[in-house]
Amino acid sequence: MSVQIEIPNSPRKEKVTNWEKYGWLYMRISGPLLIVLIFTHVFVNLFTGEGIKQIDFAFVAGKWADPFWQWWDVSMLWLALIHGTLGMRTIINDYTEKPKLRTGLVGTLWSVSGALILLGTLVVFTFDPCPATADPNLLPSFCEAIASN
Amino acid sequence: MSVVPAGTLYRGKVGMWSWVLHRVSGVAIFFFLLVHVLDTALVRVSPEAYDIVIQSYKTPIIGLAELGLVGAILFHGLNGVRIILVDFWSKGTRYQNAMFWIVLVLAVGITAYFTPGHLERILEF
Ligand code: HEM
Ligand code: HEM
Repeated sequence: MSVQIEIPNSPRKEKVTNWEKYGWLYMRISGPLLIVLIFTHVFVNLFTGEGIKQIDFAFVAGKWADPFWQWWDVSMLWLALIHGTLGMRTIINDYTEKPKLRTGLVGTLWSVSGALILLGTLVVFTFDPCPATADPNLLPSFCEAIASN
Repeated sequence: MSVVPAGTLYRGKVGMWSWVLHRVSGVAIFFFLLVHVLDTALVRVSPEAYDIVIQSYKTPIIGLAELGLVGAILFHGLNGVRIILVDFWSKGTRYQNAMFWIVLVLAVGITAYFTPGHLERILEF
């Protein structure tokens, strides 16, 4: 018994939106953008200066004082999490056989990713570089000028 | 009935192993990113909370895992470009094998170049 497979390049018959195609395209458009965003992110934070040793609250505050890095990080957050979620969805679809399990896992996946996208975006845009109650030694140097005013 | 595939673009050889590596690296980066958004979110708790948790990224064991992450992101990103070229470039399938080895050499090479400096920083800690 052989399996019938439709001719690969036959045109699609359904008239509804082809979400699978847009998902496939999204992987290929976000990919090159993510190369620029993530490779730069890792280069700046891990390869240059003191590398991993320089990372602390003051370092983050220094970067997010500039809207450029705020938008950089938020773009990276959205593009990477949606890309990763679509990729994980493909993998779940490959390995689950029971429809209920599949729907449950994919639903959980999108909920977790959605929550993290929301959280990450709020963190960047509600960030306070100079919290009043914090130890001044942990804060970026520009907080002193603000405090002495 | 046994079928012995001679190997196609996607089955056996480079096509299959690049797919396995791409899948494993993608999953690893995804789970890292879930944790990474949470650890970054600690800047909204307090500078103390953020700094204490980020200390752990500077220890030898997690430091070694960071080398794995750098290798994974390099491989996944560069191999992603290879996949896109196979899909959209008319000569992509002809050069997919050569492109895989270029991807591997670049990913291993850049990771190796980064390793000594990083090891120095995490081991002196
Ligand atoms: C070990 C390597 C890494 C280190 C040390 C690191 C460090 C940091 C630091 C210090 C921040 C705070 C803001 C900033 O500096 O821009 C940050 C934010 C961020 N990183 Fe990384 N990062 C690493 C790898 C990655 C990778 C591989 C990805 C992508 C998959 C990534 C995605 C992000 C995102 C999306 C944010 C913003 C989070 C938010 O909006 O709350 N990072 N990272
Ligand atoms: C650095 C830039 C990146 C590039 C160029 C890239 C490229 C790609 C491409 C072209 C695919 C194949 C999609 C398909 O076959 O339909 C893919 C799959 C995938 N990517 Fe990425 N990606 C990048 C970053 C990331 C990040 C940051 C994550 C995690 C958050 C991720 C997770 C995945 C996963 C889980 C898959 C599915 C693998 C599979 O189906 O076997 N990728 N990526």
